[in-house]
Amino acid sequence: MGPEASLLSRIAPGVLWIGALLACLLSLDRIFALDWEDGSLDLLATAPRLAVRAGGGFGLGLAFFLIVTVLVPFGVGPEASLLSRIAPGVLWIGALLACLLSLDRIFALDWEDGSLDLLATAPLPMEGIVTIKALAHWITTGLPLVLAAPLLGVLLNLPQAGYLWVLVSLALGTPALSVIGTFGAALTVGLKRGGLLLSLLVLPLYVPTLIFGAEVARRGAEGLTVQTPLLMLAGISAGTIALLPFASAAVLRINLR
Amino acid sequence: MTPDLGKYAFAVLGSYVVSLVLIAAVIVLSLVRSRRVRAELKRIEERLRNG
Amino acid sequence: MSIWEYANPVKFIRATDRVLPWVSALALVCLVTGLIWGFFFTPEDYRQGSTVKIIYLHVPSALMAINAWIMMLVASLIWIVRRHHVSALAARAAAPVGTVFTLIALATGALWGQPMWGTWWAWDPRLTSFLILFLFYLGYMALWAAIENDDTAADLTSILCLVGSVFALLSRYAVNFWNQGLHQGASLSLDAEENVADVFWYPLLVCIAGFVALFIALVFLRTQTEIRARRARALLARERRA
Repeated sequence: MGPEASLLSRIAPGVLWIGALLACLLSLDRIFALDWEDGSLDLLATAPRLAVRAGGGFGLGLAFFLIVTVLVPFGVGPEASLLSRIAPGVLWIGALLACLLSLDRIFALDWEDGSLDLLATAPLPMEGIVTIKALAHWITTGLPLVLAAPLLGVLLNLPQAGYLWVLVSLALGTPALSVIGTFGAALTVGLKRGGLLLSLLVLPLYVPTLIFGAEVARRGAEGLTVQTPLLMLAGISAGTIALLPFASAAVLRINLR
Repeated sequence: MTPDLGKYAFAVLGSYVVSLVLIAAVIVLSLVRSRRVRAELKRIEERLRNG
Repeated sequence: MSIWEYANPVKFIRATDRVLPWVSALALVCLVTGLIWGFFFTPEDYRQGSTVKIIYLHVPSALMAINAWIMMLVASLIWIVRRHHVSALAARAAAPVGTVFTLIALATGALWGQPMWGTWWAWDPRLTSFLILFLFYLGYMALWAAIENDDTAADLTSILCLVGSVFALLSRYAVNFWNQGLHQGASLSLDAEENVADVFWYPLLVCIAGFVALFIALVFLRTQTEIRARRARALLARERRA
């Protein structure tokens, strides 16, 4: 093994993940380009309005995130060194739970007023619909959480070095949470009391994302190297964005039969 | 006859008791449900045949 | 004569009715022999003392907890590809059995961990993975129970099983990365039999055979039950329509 080979093997995983991410970005781009005419962008544009109509898309998730962050010091005590040690994990769990609570609204309104049946007959493929729904969920829930996390980090005495990595890890991880959550929402869309079942189905699926995301934030906050978990997190996000919409679409088709 | 389990008696006996109880539970539940469903199906089939 | 003949529910019930007593007897004989052999007639391990006797429950149940999930995955795939109802119902029938095996593995692991590691529960990768597997089983069964239409339930649960398998595997590696763990890898796993002395190995093999037979017997029995329950529902529905 020459030095070139060892260099190659060292950068290979990174190149693979970056490639996967780029491929994902490119395919997302194509969805918009192709479907500009048939109105899928309108679908995306109505998402924030729908979210507000359904009882506060931006607001409720953020408020929940804030409350979880405020409650933690009450639970574990106000000691600054302890709080700063657990801050990255708490921020990740708070964001994950806030994300989870808003999942049942992804398809709920469209299901109730029958527009989901209309969407199913639209020229837009079901895979595109669920991708856009996931993207809309990320814009209304995930993105605000990402932006709020550094502010809430102040409350938890997050170490200086941690702010950047909490931001980066949440920005990379929350899209995966939205896409996985869309799968769960599609599974339980017709059920009357689907909320609890949705949590039970989705939470185990969140485990890998949470582990790698929180690990990035934790290592970053402690000033350790974050490369490995960061690549894994990016890989999970890229993989779920690329593959899971097919499963979500299949599930939605079955539920709309 | 009974082996001397020493200070680990609780762990070993506990494992055997818990496992055997769980196995027995799943067997009994499966048998009970099997019997009940079998009887119910028979009842329905007979009612449909006669009525 | 192909294996798909047994996809016919009537044929499946007739065939399994013939096999069921033999498999059950085999399970009983193997379990009784293996456990008595292991409990009464094996020496203590020089390091683990008498707790080594837990291996005859811990390893077979852990093995079958994973194999039950794999069997559900295969059955789900068969349902998705070939739409044989017996296959979907077999997956449903296997889930509670797999859950019980997972519970046994977790409980015996905790009881074994207490004297060996000094704690009931450690966030050891393998223990953690089994806890996650347990959650997957719960979600799978909850989804089956929540949906009324049989075909919809079969479709949705089989897709959940597929997606869940991928994520369970991912979690396994994530958990490994997250914590190094206390399990001494080789001496407890099956692929390294040279690490388990023959005195422990033979009764362990008998116990594993017993657990496999028990699983098969229970899945046959429970699948028959599911088939009959489904037929009863269909008859009632037909009667109501008429």
